[in-house]
Amino acid sequence: MTTQALLQVLASGLLMGLLYALIAVGLSLIFGLMDVVNFAHGDFLMVAMYAAFGLWFFTGLDPLLAAPLVTGLLFVLGALAYLGVVRFAMRARSNAGMVQIFATFGLAITIQGLAQFLFTPDYRSIGQSWLGERTINLGGLFLPLPQVYGGVVSVLTFAALYLLMSRTDFGKALEATREDQGAVALVGIDRNRVFALGWGLGAALVGLAGAVLAIFYYVHPQVGGPFSTIAYVVVALGGFGSIFGALVAGVIVGLIEALATTILPPALKSIGIYSLYLAVVFLRPRGLFGRL
Amino acid sequence: MAIAKALPLATVPSPFLARRRRQLLLAVPVFALLALLPLLVRDVYLQNVLVLTLMYAALSQSWNILGGYCGQISLGHALYFGIGAYTTSVLFVNFGILPWGGMLAGGVLAVLVALLLGYPCFKLRGHYFSIATIVIAEIGLLLVHNWDYVGAAMGIQWPFGPDSWATLQFARDKVPYFHLALGLFAITWLVTWVIEGSRWGFWWRAVKDDTEAAQSLGVEVFRSKMAAAAVSAFFTAVGGAFYAAFVSYIDPESVMSFRFSLLFALPAVLGGIGTLWGPAVGAAVLIPLTEITRSYLGGNGSGLDLVIYGVLIMLVALARPEGLLSLLPRPRAAGEGGR
Repeated sequence: MTTQALLQVLASGLLMGLLYALIAVGLSLIFGLMDVVNFAHGDFLMVAMYAAFGLWFFTGLDPLLAAPLVTGLLFVLGALAYLGVVRFAMRARSNAGMVQIFATFGLAITIQGLAQFLFTPDYRSIGQSWLGERTINLGGLFLPLPQVYGGVVSVLTFAALYLLMSRTDFGKALEATREDQGAVALVGIDRNRVFALGWGLGAALVGLAGAVLAIFYYVHPQVGGPFSTIAYVVVALGGFGSIFGALVAGVIVGLIEALATTILPPALKSIGIYSLYLAVVFLRPRGLFGRL
Repeated sequence: MAIAKALPLATVPSPFLARRRRQLLLAVPVFALLALLPLLVRDVYLQNVLVLTLMYAALSQSWNILGGYCGQISLGHALYFGIGAYTTSVLFVNFGILPWGGMLAGGVLAVLVALLLGYPCFKLRGHYFSIATIVIAEIGLLLVHNWDYVGAAMGIQWPFGPDSWATLQFARDKVPYFHLALGLFAITWLVTWVIEGSRWGFWWRAVKDDTEAAQSLGVEVFRSKMAAAAVSAFFTAVGGAFYAAFVSYIDPESVMSFRFSLLFALPAVLGGIGTLWGPAVGAAVLIPLTEITRSYLGGNGSGLDLVIYGVLIMLVALARPEGLLSLLPRPRAAGEGGR
């Protein structure tokens, strides 16, 4: 492989990795906040992709402009998922872990069923958009414009997320709630409100990723599955709950995947990513930057 | 070990033993009446639903041994189901070994795999463990998908032959499969009953309720989990062998997809996790409901069957975390072992 080709592979791996990071960070955020794994996370991504597709199909709105709307919609969905389902799951006095797992699985299956009911199981894609199908020449590397856009959005979002968590009262409330759920009540923080906003934020982040992904990826009711697995890998590698870890791990997973694609048959590529999850949890359960 | 030996079951108060005797006495007429059910239900479609219900009752009972009693929520049992189905099919189609032998071989192979995987996996807790089981089952599915010797994506078709109890092939008659599935369910029920009264049963529930406390009291946590996984994997593989004989054609998606892992766990969750009759009650509600909604609502792929299924799972998990069985009034005798 020539240097040029290798750089090409690494660049596309980096861009896809940044998008994986954006897909995964909401999962990590929610886990860090309240120790709950959302098994409907991939289906939130699917809803966002359908929303971007639907806006384009019915109103002709370009996915670039639809992104804020989709992000807002997913914020509402995430907050509702907490208020309507997860809040009750956390009240369970017996079998608490099992209740959380199956409540979010039930949510996932319901969302998939609704998507299939509304849009049929057919594969859909956004036919024409401002960025779709275009490439950009960056110093001799030809990169698809939608992926470059995704990478830029991801980096900017992580920067904004960092500021949100470190500079705002909301960020401090999130941090305090994850540290000690009982103590925050004493200083007047409504735990339920923080959790609902946390779920909204987590879903909004994956919603933004979905609005980007819909430009260059097919959408169908089961599209969330593989992406949610990648999100588990990213979150485990970065450390459950770590935002910065999700960014670094997303890029690592993207690069490994891109390199694996060049040497391995496609089926083994997924096996490689799955094995990465196992290697991380067996050898270093707290991931790269996680707290135990 | 030493502590558990020093505490023989005889010292457990007798209401516990009396309750166990009652459970066994109650089970005999239940199984006898179930065996007569095909006399009442003549419709082939409904008989098919009954076979599936009993099969999932048995499979969920097997899952319950690890998930319910020992508290290790596996979402990858499709792997053991697939091992049973594939071992039986390969041995029968390629080597002419009868499915009865394949059933046993598949079970033993599943136990070996479970022990091998359990070694690293049982160091993981909670979500880490559950996600690891999903990931491992997916890897298994992908491997089978690309393994030409077992038919890769094409799968394995059983040869057509005359109806026979030796080859477990019955072209039209569902009743033999019904009794086979009932037998499988009865065996898994009996195994669970025996476990409930044994030292292992007490250890497993201790591991589930509070692993640290159990460890400090001398329960061998790791060995407990390994033993539960072995028993659970064996009967799941036997169920897979039964399923392969029942449908006579298997491919990777039709026996190893994630859907099955969920379907083994759900009846137990619905009926009552870690209880003797929970998986059966759950299967009796869930399987006919999903089969019938699929026939009436989902035949055209509308997705409404999935919505009903998903909402049901959420409702049960949220409204009745102890399962449907907990709705029955039950006096709690002193010294009672179950939850």
